[in-house]
Amino acid sequence: MNVNQHTPMASPYGQPQPGYGQPNYAPLDGGYPASYAPYNGPASAYQPGVPPQGYSFTSFPSKAVAANPASDLSSSLDLGSARGPPTSAPPPVSAPQQYNQYSHSPADMQNGPPPMTQAPPRPAGSQPYGLGGGQPSYPQHYAPPPTMQQVTNQMGGMQLTSGPPTPAGLGYAPPHSSQPPISTSYQSAPQPSFTQAPPPASSAPTQPPPPNAPAASQQYYRGPPPPPQPPFNSALPPTSQQQFLSSAPPPPSQQTFPPSFSSSIPPPSCAPAPPVSQSQQPFSTPQPHFSSAPPPVSQPGFPSGPPPPAQGSFPPQPTPSSSQPGSVPPPGPPPTSVTSGQYPTPIQHQQQPPDSQPSPYHSGPPPPRFQMPPTVNHLPPGPQSPPGPQGPLQQPPSPQTGYPPQQNGAFGQTRSPQAGYPGPYPVQPNYGAPAPAPAPAAPAQKRLDPDAIPSPQAPDMPAVQKSRHRIDPDAIPSPIQVIEDDKAKTNEPFVTGVRGQAPPLVTTSFHVRDQGNASPRFVRCTAYNMPCTADMAKQSQVPLAAVIKPLATLPPDENPPYMVDHGEGGPIRCNRCKAYMCPYMQFIEGGRRFQCSFCNCVTDVPPHYFQHLDHTGKRVDCYDRPELSLGSYEFLATVDYCKNNKLPQPPAFIFLIDVSYNAVKSGMVSIVCHELKSLLDHLPRENPEVDSVVRVGFVTYNKVLHFYNVKASLAQPQMLVVSDVSDMFVPLLDGFLVNVNESRQVIESLLDQIPEMFADTRETETVFGPVIQAGLEALKAADCAGKLFVFHTSLPIAEAPGKLKNREDKKLIGTDKEKSLFQPQVGFYNNLAKECVAQGCCVDLFLFPNQYVDVATLGVVPVSTGGSVYKYTYFQAQTDQERFLNDLRRDLQKHVGFDAVMRVRTSTGIRATDFFGSFYMSNTTDVELAGLDCDKAITVEFKHDDKLSEETGALMQCAVLYTSCSGQRRLRIHNMAVNCCSQLADLYRNCETDTIINYFSKYAFRGVLSNPTKAVRDTLVNQCAQILACYRKNCASPSSAGQLILPECMKLLPVYLNCVLKSDVLLPGADVSLDDRAYLKQLISCMDVADTHVFFYPRLLPVMKLESGSLPVAVRNSEERLSKGGVYLMETGLHLFLWVGASVQQELLLNLFGTPSFSQIDSSMINLPVLDNPFSQRLREIIDSFRAQRSRYMKLVVVKQEDRTELIFRHFLVEDKSASGGASYVDFLCHMHKEIRQLLS
Amino acid sequence: MSTYQEFIQQNEDRDGVRFSWNLWPSSRLEATRLVVPVSCLFTPLKERPNLPPVQYEPVLCSRATCKAVLNPLCQVDFRAKIWACNFCFQRNPFPPSYAGISEVNQPAELMPQFSTIEYIVQRGPPTPLIFMYVVDTCLEEEDLQALKESLQMSLSLLPPNALVGLITFGRMVQLHELSSEGIAKSYVFRGNKDLSSKHVQELLGLTKPAAAAQQGRPAAPQEAAAFCKFLQPVHRVDMNLTDLLGELQRDPWPVPQGKRPLRSTGVALSVAVSLLEGTFPNTGARLMLFVGGPPTHGPGMVVGDELKTPIRSWHDIQKDNARHLKKATKFYEGLANRSAGNGHCIDIYACALDQTGLLEMKCLSNLTGGHIVMGDSFNTSLFKQTFQRVFSKDYNNDFRMAFGGVLEVKVQEPLSPWIRPGKPKCNPRSVHSPQCVLCWQEMGVGGTNQWKLCGLGPSTTLGMYFEVVNQHNAPVPQGGRGAIQFVTQYQHSNTHRRIRVTTIARNWADANSQIQHIESSFDQEAAAVLMARLGVFRAESEEGPDVLRWLDRQLIRLFMFHLRRSPFLQVFNNSPDESSYYRHHFVRQDLTQSLIMIQPILYSYSFHGPPEPVLLDSSSILPDRILLMDTFFQLVIFHGETIAQWRKAGYQEMAEYENFKQLLQAPLDDAQEILQTRFPMPRYVDTEHGGSQARFLLSKVNPSQTHNNLYAWGQESGAPILTDDVSLQVFMDHLKKLAVSSST
Repeated sequence: MNVNQHTPMASPYGQPQPGYGQPNYAPLDGGYPASYAPYNGPASAYQPGVPPQGYSFTSFPSKAVAANPASDLSSSLDLGSARGPPTSAPPPVSAPQQYNQYSHSPADMQNGPPPMTQAPPRPAGSQPYGLGGGQPSYPQHYAPPPTMQQVTNQMGGMQLTSGPPTPAGLGYAPPHSSQPPISTSYQSAPQPSFTQAPPPASSAPTQPPPPNAPAASQQYYRGPPPPPQPPFNSALPPTSQQQFLSSAPPPPSQQTFPPSFSSSIPPPSCAPAPPVSQSQQPFSTPQPHFSSAPPPVSQPGFPSGPPPPAQGSFPPQPTPSSSQPGSVPPPGPPPTSVTSGQYPTPIQHQQQPPDSQPSPYHSGPPPPRFQMPPTVNHLPPGPQSPPGPQGPLQQPPSPQTGYPPQQNGAFGQTRSPQAGYPGPYPVQPNYGAPAPAPAPAAPAQKRLDPDAIPSPQAPDMPAVQKSRHRIDPDAIPSPIQVIEDDKAKTNEPFVTGVRGQAPPLVTTSFHVRDQGNASPRFVRCTAYNMPCTADMAKQSQVPLAAVIKPLATLPPDENPPYMVDHGEGGPIRCNRCKAYMCPYMQFIEGGRRFQCSFCNCVTDVPPHYFQHLDHTGKRVDCYDRPELSLGSYEFLATVDYCKNNKLPQPPAFIFLIDVSYNAVKSGMVSIVCHELKSLLDHLPRENPEVDSVVRVGFVTYNKVLHFYNVKASLAQPQMLVVSDVSDMFVPLLDGFLVNVNESRQVIESLLDQIPEMFADTRETETVFGPVIQAGLEALKAADCAGKLFVFHTSLPIAEAPGKLKNREDKKLIGTDKEKSLFQPQVGFYNNLAKECVAQGCCVDLFLFPNQYVDVATLGVVPVSTGGSVYKYTYFQAQTDQERFLNDLRRDLQKHVGFDAVMRVRTSTGIRATDFFGSFYMSNTTDVELAGLDCDKAITVEFKHDDKLSEETGALMQCAVLYTSCSGQRRLRIHNMAVNCCSQLADLYRNCETDTIINYFSKYAFRGVLSNPTKAVRDTLVNQCAQILACYRKNCASPSSAGQLILPECMKLLPVYLNCVLKSDVLLPGADVSLDDRAYLKQLISCMDVADTHVFFYPRLLPVMKLESGSLPVAVRNSEERLSKGGVYLMETGLHLFLWVGASVQQELLLNLFGTPSFSQIDSSMINLPVLDNPFSQRLREIIDSFRAQRSRYMKLVVVKQEDRTELIFRHFLVEDKSASGGASYVDFLCHMHKEIRQLLS
Repeated sequence: MSTYQEFIQQNEDRDGVRFSWNLWPSSRLEATRLVVPVSCLFTPLKERPNLPPVQYEPVLCSRATCKAVLNPLCQVDFRAKIWACNFCFQRNPFPPSYAGISEVNQPAELMPQFSTIEYIVQRGPPTPLIFMYVVDTCLEEEDLQALKESLQMSLSLLPPNALVGLITFGRMVQLHELSSEGIAKSYVFRGNKDLSSKHVQELLGLTKPAAAAQQGRPAAPQEAAAFCKFLQPVHRVDMNLTDLLGELQRDPWPVPQGKRPLRSTGVALSVAVSLLEGTFPNTGARLMLFVGGPPTHGPGMVVGDELKTPIRSWHDIQKDNARHLKKATKFYEGLANRSAGNGHCIDIYACALDQTGLLEMKCLSNLTGGHIVMGDSFNTSLFKQTFQRVFSKDYNNDFRMAFGGVLEVKVQEPLSPWIRPGKPKCNPRSVHSPQCVLCWQEMGVGGTNQWKLCGLGPSTTLGMYFEVVNQHNAPVPQGGRGAIQFVTQYQHSNTHRRIRVTTIARNWADANSQIQHIESSFDQEAAAVLMARLGVFRAESEEGPDVLRWLDRQLIRLFMFHLRRSPFLQVFNNSPDESSYYRHHFVRQDLTQSLIMIQPILYSYSFHGPPEPVLLDSSSILPDRILLMDTFFQLVIFHGETIAQWRKAGYQEMAEYENFKQLLQAPLDDAQEILQTRFPMPRYVDTEHGGSQARFLLSKVNPSQTHNNLYAWGQESGAPILTDDVSLQVFMDHLKKLAVSSST
């Protein structure tokens, strides 16, 4: 989608354009190519295949209206799914042809752009959303004919209204995207008229009319297109276009066809196209349509949401949709004609594609086809035989083929091509599946009916409602598709030696070879190509951040960082900025000195470190020294790096157990005590052969604290009660912290007795502040760092420092005062946290609340000390024991460092300005972590303070000084170099959406502390809109304003962002407690990218059929993807659901639950019954592997369809509208589109 | 008047009272002229094997302000069944139970030989004795081990139903819960934070089921015991406690080089006092503090933990250089007052080579009637045996200790000459002093007629000073008898409450006409001790040199040479702790012991005859003698130069020198005898001429021969003492001169 796509797009289009004959495009293309040039090179291959398609389609729809658009759409979809880049690379299959085409495409580039414009058509679809015209689109999707009108309406609405109504629509609801196609159709239809007046085109209204007409949508219909009824056709096509734009795969397919129809209409658009082009022309002199179409999102989209996902990718295209408005208009009129005219050939392709979309791809020959195919894919879902016809129209987009190339370009980066191609096919299947079921039935029914009708009537209505239904969800960018494409294209190890290379997605499993940069498991950046100047950065609004997980656990086949010992002098560092020796240091003067690449200071090489240089200026021992050849390694720190200049003592673990009434009654106390007995043998150690040196201590408490003397020489443990909690102290030193092996008997005796001792307790009040103080004091007294494990049940209301009140007040939610609920109730804990950090005392808090415990306040210390909070609401031994124990085991055993200080150094020009995570900062540069474990990630934001240069790129070095669990002081260094760019397009081509979302979520969740949640949400939406608008404005080829164009790399940004916005923290449902929100908030604050990804977009696997060795392909998080006869496994990182449809086959139930009847399934089970059949075994295997992947144990919840628990489950179907008012994906995409349009206008 | 000697002896034997004057001057002026005030030494619980307690309660005068007890001096109208109070002259009917009274059927309290009588009060349930151990753990391993053994031993000496509690402290204060099974529990307090009594009780969860405990004394101690997990009957927790003591560790907190261990004596005491206050107010309790060093932590600290700053000396105190002195003293006084208010007594067992802060802490024992024992180490027989002796029993197999005593002194009403116990030189305050005063001290705490003696024993002796208040122009009629009644209520160690009443009477005499009588009634020993006590009291409360000057002025005509040199008045050569220790014992021992303290006894053993007392003079130190000196605190056996050489040569082993062996043995036997009975056990020193320990002897004897007059004065005898102190000879010369000059 992003830059890459554009570029590719451009080129492909360019060629196509020629084909189209519109000279206009050419120029445009030319422009694009230039900028993209670099990419083209690499990407070109890929691009050809995928990217173009997606985008092109979108664009096409508008322009090519005719079949071409459709094809484009389809293709685009495919491409999109492929994630342009990858697909492009792989594209082998169709590639050839495509390539050819693509190759042309370069020339086509211009054409490409036009497509982009066409793409706008899609947007048009999207527009419908905005306008409400969108509604029609929905109907259209479902019922092509009617859709036509509707579509047109939508189209019109979308584009016209917002831009035109439709455009808006598109923008808003991703779903719209599906509609978008429609819009495209509209566009096509309207386009004509619009085209005539390109500007008008841009002015949605004009187009709208057309759309309306086509859409049969009320408004528009009336006016222009209606008559053309081609509308229907057009409508169809539009949809396709929209879809493309929106990337709604399934519907798209249908739509796509429709689009094609629309395209047919578009054809007119084609005719109009020129006009459009004009409109677009503004953007790029070349034919707006084409150019726009191609460049438009479509490209981005395609790349991003390559082929099948293409739809996904399309979504981005939807953005193009924004462009659509513009383009659309033009298309409108020309559409039909256009299709016929310009696209004719393409159309054919498209048509072909539509029919056998796959084949088209294969045949791919016509590049357009490729694109088409993608669209086709969409189409398939679309089913739309009706579309079919339209398809052709869309095919006209074939001109888009040109686009496809662009997409390919995008793909090129990825492997989209391959993926794409394959994708397409697969996609189709996918679509087929989804499409058939959901699309036809559900969509048609639900969406069409309601939306269609109302929307038209009330364009003003929130685009969301209307649009949702209208847009085909399958046409909008699909995360699943993107993920699958990435997996498909990642088949060789990721080598970190190349600067600025974006790693595979977190959802992909890959091998990393460290060749000078830190593994993505340690460091992930939002952008691997940073803007050179602050202005650029500001303009793009793309956050520049890195998510660093310094102690990340590596897979067994990757080496942990090597240890380097530079002797007594300590690690060798730059004299000025103190950066540590790393591969970026330049040795000069024959190796006698080295120049720091961070600050350029020249430092003498100490004699003992001297080494000669070879002819290339490298040290001859370069490859013998990890610090000169690797991205991650460790230094052994000298005494200078230790607190008080004293080598650290081995750390200690202190267990503080609440023994109040609730704790005892819930069984927590006895579980903990019992578990600890065995757990103490597994304290962290570095060498499994050696006993851990970690010492342990025990404290129980309710209103008072009980310390235990477990000295080895005692026959029985001794309990020391400290009831003076107002001024905490540690009553004993010797005998409190002991070596497990030496005191084993005493400890076991103690753990046996604790539950008995308090079995009859009637004490219900607890303290909390003093508990942590106690642990802290103990560590202070022992002069070591360590970790506290606090097992706590209730709000600490007993008289003591840190006493809290119950302040849960639901009335405050949604008001300006809501933020206060996230702030700690008293300042006490902040100060305490500060002390803890100073001592290296990390706190892990296990909560077992039965009511409000004020996590926001209790969590202050854990969060500030690098600890974790675990919460087991309504803990019951029977059901929650396993989860708790697994968490505890993992927490206790995991690799951890203490008393850590992290500092991020960067090359001159940027600076680490902000940090997110679980830590404490006493100044602006040093991140202090009392404890740092292997699951904790820190997000670091960078800002420019000067210019960066493209030659040197941007370097960052993260140094973490910590005490290992064996008591050794170490420095872990992670180096990362990224490229710098002076073209925004490059930035957009090298972004990592998952990482951006990680940053956004942390940024937003911290924001709720100081702002009302609404403001936070708005800020997010705004920034996102700005990012996309900037892209649209600066990188995408000109296209109609109604087209939603998304950068390939960011085409999932809207859907993910929507998930963030809908999260319980930002938008709580009525049943979400304040504690839950605070809990999630702090949980997210230290998540890494993989965690946030699955948290915000849960993994939903159909598990009706399981194969060993591979996981089933996930489905999107929407209710309509669930089949009544299916069983689905959902993983959110915190929860694990097994959703069982009401009409699942008996055999499946038997295999799974051992019962033949749905009603007999015990929904309270926490583990699947162990049944001796391959299916059950495999499923349990999968569940186990999921659990093993996450840092927290996920309890399995069996959700029966129609059961009460389904409500909870539904909450995680993030693409649907949420009960708490969160927008559905489609709606949100429309909304986003509208925002972008506003920004652009 | 040999009769006076007998009279005095008889009175002492019967009533435990010795007056300085056995005839009382009839007016204030005359009394003042006598210099030595009318005063007495009173031993409230003097052991009287022949005094069986009566099983009923005393009959009291019905006048609310009097409440004197029916006694042999009362006028009784047997027919009307009425008796007249001899203090206020109120006429009181006998209670119904005395209906059968007649001349021939008199109750014991009316018989003259029962001028001292003891009643057993049957009211209320018996309250168990309470023993609270407060143990310092900052000791050397060896010391701690010895202490642990002593403590474990003591458990077996306690009455089985007695309640025991245990607090250990070092840097932290641990209050051990004794009732717990399995895990040994203890409550911990930080050593540097003073806690109010209420706070402590809250922290311990002693929310009194208090209605009961509130009423003066716990109505149901059994219940009280049940709810207080910290104080448990010995028989129930014997094993537990023994184990607990056995597992006592040295304070686990590391002591850095150059520092003293942190010892939170203050907080430990505070917790103990608060605990007892909260659970068993007004019940007999003995709180025993074992310390091996000065408090260095928290409230009541006496010295910082830096070894480089030595603990305060007299020199520092005079220079006002003792930083913690005032604060600590105030803190401990506060504790002592609280403890006394609740009727709990505090013992201090301080064993260390250095000072332990007794100067600051002495009030704990002084105000509550506890013991102070000072030694070098817990691992010495001095401590072990002394401690064991705390639990010694009398002929009735009862402990020689009593608790929660209240002593009330009643004197005749104003019409008769008025005598009021009071602080000498202190103006009498209101006639009827407040009902009860918190503390007692033999001297110096006056203005009242009621004192609290939280802990007392058979030898506890009080000095009482009376003032004759009627004016010269309104003398007491001739031939009148003045009466004084001492009413001592206390809790006997068998847990019953008892009341001992002693009523004495003396004649009034007109100083003008009966001066000889008055002179002859003078009790020199009693007067010496009483004046010495006064001196000590002043020494404690005033500046040193002033006291000596006052004493010199006051006692110029008395033989006070040794007193003047004694550690009770002189602080030279003594640490503040030692001074406190000596003074503590001086003011509470009976007359005989007090005399020993003033003028140590020196016996000489030789082949020339049986052991003989000799002058406490350097001239008594002869080569062929063995000397045995008893200073109360020390028991020194000194072998003369020749004897020592013989002994070294081993003559005592030779059969032909059996007599020499016997000679060597004789003082040892005598010393043993003394050691057996003395409390606290004296420091036992066996030394010889030229031995370093000989200093104990040399510092006591009259330096009649010094390096100044060695050859001028002396012939062959004696050993020179190298001192600048004046000798008795010089003192006497000076006295004579003064006496003459003053008379002119």
